[in-house]
Parts: sequence; structure tokens; C-alpha cells
Amino acid sequence: MPVHLSEAARKKLDAVISRYPTPMAATLPALHIAQADLGPLTPEVQQAVADYLKVPVAHIYGVVTFYTMFHQRKVGKNVLMVCTNISCMLRGAYEIMAYLEKQLGVKRGETTADGMFTLVEEECLAACANAPMAICGPEYFLDLTPEKVDQMLADLRARPRSEHVDFERGGIASAAGVSDTVREGDH
Amino acid sequence: MPATRDTKIITRYFGDDTQKQIAVAEKRGAYAAVAKTLGRPPAEIQEQLKVSNLRGRGGAGFYTGAKWGFVPKDAKTTYLVINADESEPGTCKDRELIYWDPHLLIEGIIDTAYAMSCHHAYIYIRGEMMREYLVLKQAVADAYARGYLGKNVAGTGYQLEVTVHRGAGAYICGEETGLLSSLEGKRGWPRLKPPFPAIVGLFGQPTIINNPETIMNVPAIVDKGGAWFAALGMGKSGGTRLLCVSGHVNKPGVYELPMGISFRELIFDVCGGVPGGKRVKGVIPGGVSMPPLDESELDVPCEFDALQTDKRIKECEVSPGVKFDMGGGRTLRTMAGSGGVVVMDQDTDMPRALARISRFFAHESCGQCTPCREGSGWLARVATRIAEEGGRPGDVDLLTSIAHGIAGNSICALGDAAAWAALGFVTKFRSEFEAKVEAAQRRGATTPAEPPAASAAGAASAGGGGH
Repeated sequence: MPVHLSEAARKKLDAVISRYPTPMAATLPALHIAQADLGPLTPEVQQAVADYLKVPVAHIYGVVTFYTMFHQRKVGKNVLMVCTNISCMLRGAYEIMAYLEKQLGVKRGETTADGMFTLVEEECLAACANAPMAICGPEYFLDLTPEKVDQMLADLRARPRSEHVDFERGGIASAAGVSDTVREGDH
Repeated sequence: MPATRDTKIITRYFGDDTQKQIAVAEKRGAYAAVAKTLGRPPAEIQEQLKVSNLRGRGGAGFYTGAKWGFVPKDAKTTYLVINADESEPGTCKDRELIYWDPHLLIEGIIDTAYAMSCHHAYIYIRGEMMREYLVLKQAVADAYARGYLGKNVAGTGYQLEVTVHRGAGAYICGEETGLLSSLEGKRGWPRLKPPFPAIVGLFGQPTIINNPETIMNVPAIVDKGGAWFAALGMGKSGGTRLLCVSGHVNKPGVYELPMGISFRELIFDVCGGVPGGKRVKGVIPGGVSMPPLDESELDVPCEFDALQTDKRIKECEVSPGVKFDMGGGRTLRTMAGSGGVVVMDQDTDMPRALARISRFFAHESCGQCTPCREGSGWLARVATRIAEEGGRPGDVDLLTSIAHGIAGNSICALGDAAAWAALGFVTKFRSEFEAKVEAAQRRGATTPAEPPAASAAGAASAGGGGH
């Protein structure tokens, strides 16, 4: 069954395409938009994006498989990205990861049965001074301890943070509201 | 006058959550100088940049003014690209810069774009930085609304479009030519240089790619002059430096500090020392791509040239007594890199640290060229089995042999980075790696031999070409 981008997504994409000299350059934004609009980037969704940008579907497939934030399968409402790279590792990131796996009952890379969480082991997320840390959508969870992980999970269950940040829909308001997660006074 | 620890050029508004509102930023003077700057000849601004000794803060430390000068004078279309794909492990400054002071970045973009007669700038922001993306999008929208961007910038008739472009998760897109490929809608595959992006860059046009920290220094240089900025710094490196200190320190953070501060002062004074009063075993000076320093090397200044040439820093070796040759007889001490300083205390398991770093490079290799695609995976496997006490006799030499085979033989610097980290760790902490292998021997726990890794590493060890 062919799928089509919604009217709203097409409008958004048209505005994006106008910012580049070639439609192909809009591939990454188009896939972000398609993923927010239609869900996982299945072959049908990839075809829809290819048709819209007038590029070969092989090009789209190559791009989808190259970048870690494009998903071909359904992911949880919260895509929880946990850094385990060197700065976080030195401060106990693998212990935090093991604790998360225990609390969620999944291994890294998996999605919980209730579809609430996809647990992702991430490379450095650029918050090394607040290690160990995790990101979910536009929100940072810093200086993690097992207690903070419990709080974080409860919070995310009650209010999932979408990885599909939408500037047009006033995403900035929710993003600005979490500013206190960056530690102040260090500078 | 040299900078002091109180000199703040780009982090003045860190912690002030209101500065991302354009009205607040304007009140403190943001954009106030734009109309005046745009009345000056572009060549004069370029000249001030050359005088300033501003060096690229993304990692390479190349002179910004010189880079701008490479754009052909008769170029019809040029692009400015801001590389905000910050993902070098240990580095967390651009994210904070964008979050706290997006309008300073936009002002720097206006000045820079004008100086190189460019009419479209793209900001490539890392996909995972969703919050900063939203902050930046809002700031750009506000700057358009106030007339600082668009068809008639600040009423001067100069046109400048700025587009914020989100990545989607790939470390390699922080490599400047990989970033261009990604911005063109493709996989983030780096390109061979030359031609350099200043000649053939985005969409085939001359393109300047700069780091956010670099660009955010530009308004102050334009305002106060290149000589002022040069005098703040040390040697041939102008200005201050943002250092992101993480790992085993009491006060990790992002600090704007005088160029050339010593690692000892940074760790024990600025960052309050090591938790538990422990000693430092090693320090990664500028992101994991750079070879680490050991405890005896903490007095060297954190400055671009010093980290490459200071005789107190031991040169990386392929095997004990055999120096690693970067090509043309140049040896490798370390480099200032991205400002990501990772401190490791006396109890740190160095083979385990290298194994993690090597797995990172293996994961992030784009897969385009063979030495890096295969070699980074071999490095990760051998480093991991050593760290997990499953190493075989000869594994430490195998590690450096693989690294030697990658270095200088890949399209972009990711291969070098993977190799340099391995060479650096083994050079500085060799006895720890050997002890792990010996421990494995005693327990009879070596993993079975992996013929492809062993034989191919030997075949690939001819390397060592420069860039």
C-alpha cells in the first residue's frame, strides 16, 4: 500500500525544500518530517519521500541506514539515549545502563513491551561535564544516579518526550521549560 | 594584554536564561554593531581576522583568517557553514554556547558572511541536540523578524539567509567534508582533499566551514580589533579558549580560560582537584582523538602549538623506542583538538578506557575506505580483548601495528584519530596493557586467534603517509 505524507507535512517540507538549491539536499529534513508524520521509515514511507523529492529510493534507503536517528522499525514513545562514552564511563555510565536495563526489563537497543521506552546506548551527547547523562527528546537528564534514574523513568512514563521536536508547533516552549537541567554557576 | 581567568568573550551570559530572547540580547548590545560593520570594506574585516590569530576551535586549530582568504576572489556564489555537529567525546562547549547565547552566534555569522561576500549560511546542528535546535530556530526566526537577517540586513541592503539544518546521528558529519555531503542530503561520506572546501565545497561552490566557538569570537574581533585579540592569547594563538573538563575532577564544567593555561592549574585550581585527593594518571587534552598526557606532562600549556611541540611531551611510539612517523619525519606528541579535557585518576583502567574509545571509532567509521572501516574494527576487537583479560601474547604490538596501518591511509582524519588514540594510550601506559595480557596468560584465558585480524594487520602496516 503506497503511503502519502499528510497535507501539513507536505507544506512543511515545501518550505524546507525552498531553502536549498536542490531537492536532494532536503533529504535529512524530509526524513525527519516523514518520521514524525508517518512513523517508522518503512519501504513505503521511503518511497513516498523519494517520490516527493524526485530522487531514487535507493538514495533514500542509503541515507536512512546511515544515520542512527532514522528508524525502520517502531520505537517507543520515549527514545532514551544513554551516553556510555569515556567521560560518562569514568563516572559510572555502565552501572547506570545496567540499572536501566534492570528497571525496564530490556537490553540496550530494545523496546519495552508496553511501547513506552526504547533504550539506546549512545555515543557522546556533549554534556560531558554532567556525566553520566541521558537525553530523551529535547530534555537532558544529567549527573545520573540510580535515584535520579527512577525519577526520570517515572517522569517519562507520565509525560513522554517525543524525539520529533516540532518548531512550528511551538516546541520551543517545552524546550525552554527544561533549561534548569543545565547546571548553572560552573562558569 | 594577555587574558586573565576573568576575561570572558563568549561565555559572558552563561547561566542567564533570558539572553536567548532577542529583546534582552539587544538590550545588552547584541546586533548593535551590525550596521556599522556592514559599512566597512569586507577586506578590512578579513585583515583584522588575520591579525587576530584566531584559530579554529573545532579541533584542527587552523588560522581562521587564512582559511577565509582561500576563497577565490571572483567566486559568484559562496557558502558559510557552521559546524555545530559537536560529537567529539569529551567536548560539550558548542551545545552550551548555542543554548545560552544563540544571538552571539548569529551576529558572528552575519559578520563572517559579509566579510566573505556570502549570502546564504547553513548551521548544521547535531540531530541529537533537539533542545538546542529549537533554541536556535527561535533565535534565527527572531533575527529575521527584527531585520538582522533576510533581504536587507539592518537596513544596509546586504542580503543574508540563514538556514538551520539538523543532522540525524553520525559522528562523521562533524568532519567538514562529511558534513557537506550530509548537508547535500547524502550519507555523511567525507571527500578527498584537495580540492578543499574553500575552493569546491557545498553544492560545488567555495565554502567556509567554521566551528560555533570560532564564529562567536568574530564580533569582538571586528569591534575591538585583531591586535587586541592576538594580545589576549599566547604565542600564535589569539583569544581565550573554552575547555570542557570532564571525568575525575571535583568541578567538571565548561570554562573560558586564558590560552595556554597549564593542565595542572586547570585540574587542581580551576576544577578543584581530583575526587578523594587521588593522583592524576592521564589526561586526554582535546577530545578522544588526541593522544593522552600522563602525570609527568601536566605542566605543559594547553595551546595549539605547545601541545604539538613541547619537548616535555613524549612522542608516540609504534613500539618501544620506535617513534611513530606522521609522514616526512614528523613525530606525534599530541594536539589541542576540540578543548575536551578528560581527566583520569590513578585508579583508571587504561586498557578499558582505550577499548571504549576504540569501540566508538569502530562504530562511527563511515565505512567508505578500507583502512579505517576494517582497521577501526580490528583496533576495537584487540583493545577489548586485552582490556577484558583475554589478550594473546603479541596483542599490544598488534594494536600499534594496526594503528600504524590506518594512520595516514584514510580519506579523512577519523582513521588517524582511531590510530592516534591507540598509539597514545599504548605509548604512555604500555605496562598496563602488557600486565593485562600477562594476567590472561596466567589464567589461560586467551581468546582464540583471529587469523584475518592478525594477518591483515601485518599486510596493512606499510602506512604512515602525511596529510
